[in-house]
Amino acid sequence: MKDLIKKLVESVGPSGFEGQTRDIVRAAVVPNKSEVDAMGNLIVRIGKKGNDGLRIMLAAHIDEIGIMVTHIDENGFVRFTNIGGVYPRNCPGGRVRFTNGVEGVIGIEKLDDPGKAFTLEQLFVDVGALDKEHCPVKIGDVAGFERPFMDMGKRMVAKSMDDRIGAAVLIEVIKQIKTTPHELVFVFSTQEEVGIRGAQTAAYAVDPDMGISVDVTATGDTPKGLKMAVSVGKGPAIKVRDGGMLSDPRLVKVMVDCAEKANLPYQLEVLEGGTTDARAMQVSRAGMSAGCVSIPCRYVHSPSEMVDIDDVQNAVRLFVELLSHPIHLE
Amino acid sequence: MSTIKLNKSSAPKIGAEQIALLEKLSNAVGVSGDEGEIRSIVLETIKPFVDEVHEDAMGNIIAIHKAKTEKSLRVMVDAHMDEVGFMIIAEDEGGLYQFETVGGIDVRSLPAKTVWVGKDHLPGVIGAKPIHLTDKGEMDSTIHLDTLRIDVGKDPGGKVKVGDRATFATKFEQSGSVLFGKALDDRIGVVTLIELLKHAPDHIELQAAFTVQEELGLRGARVAAYGLNPDLAFAIDSTPSFDQPTWDGSENTQYNTRLGAGPAIYLSDAGTLSDPRLIRRLTQTAEKHAIPYQFRQPGGGGTDAGAIHLRRGGIPSVSISIPGRYAHTAVLVSRVEDWQHGLALLYHTLLELTPDVLSGER
Amino acid sequence: MTLELEKHLKEMICLPGLSANEAPIRDVISAAWRPLVDELSTSRLGSLHGLRRGSGSEPRPRILLAAHMDAIGLMVTTIDGGFLHFTEVGGLDPRILPCQRVTVHGRKDIPALIVQPADRLLPASMKGNPPPMDRLLVDTGLPAAEVEKLVRPGDLISFAQAPLNLTGGMLAGHTMDNRASVAAVTQCLAELQTRKHGCDVWAAATVQEEETLGGGFTSPFSIQPDLAIAIDVTFGKGPGAGDYRTHALGKGPTIGWGPNVHPAFHKKMKSVAEELDIPFQVEIMPRHSGTDAYAMQVVGAGYPTLVLGIPLRYMHTPVETVLLKDIARTGRLMAEFITRLEPDFHKTMRWDVES
Repeated sequence: MKDLIKKLVESVGPSGFEGQTRDIVRAAVVPNKSEVDAMGNLIVRIGKKGNDGLRIMLAAHIDEIGIMVTHIDENGFVRFTNIGGVYPRNCPGGRVRFTNGVEGVIGIEKLDDPGKAFTLEQLFVDVGALDKEHCPVKIGDVAGFERPFMDMGKRMVAKSMDDRIGAAVLIEVIKQIKTTPHELVFVFSTQEEVGIRGAQTAAYAVDPDMGISVDVTATGDTPKGLKMAVSVGKGPAIKVRDGGMLSDPRLVKVMVDCAEKANLPYQLEVLEGGTTDARAMQVSRAGMSAGCVSIPCRYVHSPSEMVDIDDVQNAVRLFVELLSHPIHLE
Repeated sequence: MSTIKLNKSSAPKIGAEQIALLEKLSNAVGVSGDEGEIRSIVLETIKPFVDEVHEDAMGNIIAIHKAKTEKSLRVMVDAHMDEVGFMIIAEDEGGLYQFETVGGIDVRSLPAKTVWVGKDHLPGVIGAKPIHLTDKGEMDSTIHLDTLRIDVGKDPGGKVKVGDRATFATKFEQSGSVLFGKALDDRIGVVTLIELLKHAPDHIELQAAFTVQEELGLRGARVAAYGLNPDLAFAIDSTPSFDQPTWDGSENTQYNTRLGAGPAIYLSDAGTLSDPRLIRRLTQTAEKHAIPYQFRQPGGGGTDAGAIHLRRGGIPSVSISIPGRYAHTAVLVSRVEDWQHGLALLYHTLLELTPDVLSGER
Repeated sequence: MTLELEKHLKEMICLPGLSANEAPIRDVISAAWRPLVDELSTSRLGSLHGLRRGSGSEPRPRILLAAHMDAIGLMVTTIDGGFLHFTEVGGLDPRILPCQRVTVHGRKDIPALIVQPADRLLPASMKGNPPPMDRLLVDTGLPAAEVEKLVRPGDLISFAQAPLNLTGGMLAGHTMDNRASVAAVTQCLAELQTRKHGCDVWAAATVQEEETLGGGFTSPFSIQPDLAIAIDVTFGKGPGAGDYRTHALGKGPTIGWGPNVHPAFHKKMKSVAEELDIPFQVEIMPRHSGTDAYAMQVVGAGYPTLVLGIPLRYMHTPVETVLLKDIARTGRLMAEFITRLEPDFHKTMRWDVES
């Protein structure tokens, strides 16, 4: 599974420009057929909705945060804006890779007051251009942050674990699931980081009975960090709420019961900021039961996001178990 | 107007007639949620050119120019009718009224302006405290909205009601190729869309949406797009130009758009990552016809495309805009040539639009 | 049929039913509505839909009366030595929280108290200042080990303030927002029992308004109303609240005016109130109405919406205060509107009307 994760996290696919990542997912789900919709979502359908089954949409987003060029200055320096939630503090000294392969480093203007937080407008990318005319990128070009995948054994670090790790989970579920009473619609969604856009239109088109997203969540297990009852390595987190939605409590209970029955570790997640594709699914059309399984992740939206392989594999087990049987909401 | 001879081989022009219509629309009042004046001008103007027209539950005008061919592309083109402004919220004594802003208005631009209030455009002023009575510390601080009043004179005679809208009292002016007016955002788009309807190609279904409440969160376009369910969409808007000099003379890297550099194609804003296939088609068309264009700098802000592209199963969308300085204030400045090029770009793009524009993944 | 409005409302405000967890309150509303409607169903999101058929010939116009039933409250985030840290469900001012009685919905319901740590236990900068929400605690008084057994992150905490009758027909309690409006819908349905109405009436007790307007976005999609009214509480004039957004208790419901309200709908509702001498106030909403109408208006291809407001003091506290008479009047106004609704009114509505 780590090979697949490495491939996924090392591809460049900021929101709206997910082509490279989509190709990796498409190859990984063969022999299952996949389709691509108007927003670039890649969709894989498995199973038929039986008498005791539901149509369930499972969503993991394949886009990542990144940057887009806004201006090339007279000397060939590149000014940029964010795609998704880019923290300025994580940028200086970092490297980026554009979808066309060009690489660059992020520099910063001299700060009047180094004690004050700076903004993205004070940063620029140096792509090694000798002047404006020879600059190999133009307005509108996009780049992802550039960091190689790092394997620490149990722990893995990469940029874009958010949410390629969710995509890896769903790919693995597709491979492992043998039978299901449900019609499962796996959506590798686009443009989540800019406002849950791909999942919103996919949810409308798929018209499922239930929607579950797989995404990362923050943790409370780092020095003087967030106050939060989720830790890396203690099992997948079943979301109770986040900044954008409250899960269907009946679905939370079904997932908790499923994990306990299968003897899988799990945690309950209350995240005070951020949200996932489940938010869009929940209020699509006449509404649906929605929830989320999260992979605990440290340093979210930095170029070094850390997850635990056991959490990932237990999430796969939880999904395979959950989706192989009828689901009854009480 | 039915006597106009339509020449479909060349792009429509921005001439005296179009500028006169813009003048009429710019001088009309249509604050978000109260677009009636604009609605009636638009309805009256487009009637001869459309096959179907209706007003929906929110007050959008939906006008269809049907295709003369089978299996044609259904193309939504959007321009919003509403403008930013004010709502009267309470009456003080003596013709003084408290007000709220409707849409994104910088309160710093309000003191000492003239306004029109209500359906009869009753003139009023937003005053300011005399400098003589203002101490130094006060002068350094922001003026807050709740200290401002609209003053219509001491005898309003029941002509102003709480709930009435108001907007800047700015009369449209033309100075050569320069256009001055309030609400060019987005009346310039409205006139452009009317011209496109007038010169609609026969091989596509042109779905014109003159929308409401854009300035309150793209609300009209949202329901219009759902109802129309088009194959693809273009939003026409007016986009701010911040192409003024920087204070230290350094290169302006945050101009957003530049006046005179042609229509601005949106790549990315707070609400939309434009469909790359449509961006490509616009730039190819511009280059083919030697129409100047610019990219609007990616960043915040947004247009109706933000609501349109997320409807139903997703609607490929892009925005194209006419640059205008000082948006959401009493007066905008735009140039006729940018407008002309914007119209030409949209006209040729529609004329040459074929279903293969959406082939391939975005 | 006479409704015991006070009893109905008191029963509702004694129940939990925080956003996304409306089952307890839904059961009680179901019981109240069942004898008053022809059909009752629950949406996939948990909104309660009651249909009372009209006597007109098909296709009959449909009017949706939507009042959200979810409540604000708290949710456990972490457990620390038997004390609970929490976050909010809906919007709460942390300054009103210390010393409030609450119920923790753990593996069983546990009575508890919101507490403010002693100044000596807070950072020096917070001394004498109101501590932010993440510094407040919920104390069950139980030993840590027992709390660990009973409570998990994600468990809900609701206010436990009992209803309190004030003088002059005023009633105080938690979750008047928006059970007062649900009571008005019940009142309307009760009044319709003895009246003839042509249109179909859909009563909806919607979910998750306080968080996502989730019910407002989804219920109209399946009901497809021709007219939709959001009934919600509005700011009552009172201590600390006196500007244009506030309305006096006792002067009847407010009829909203602004971009979330179809002007023809507004005009019609006003004319019914005037005709019958039902007192009302006009509520100015320059932008977002802050109600389900904001969502309902833009569902699908759009619906004509109206907002009715019931003035309420001390919103989003456990001592929200309303005047029962205002609730009854709101219900009656809706019933009168429905009784008088012409079958083709919704087809003749234009945004541009002389107001």
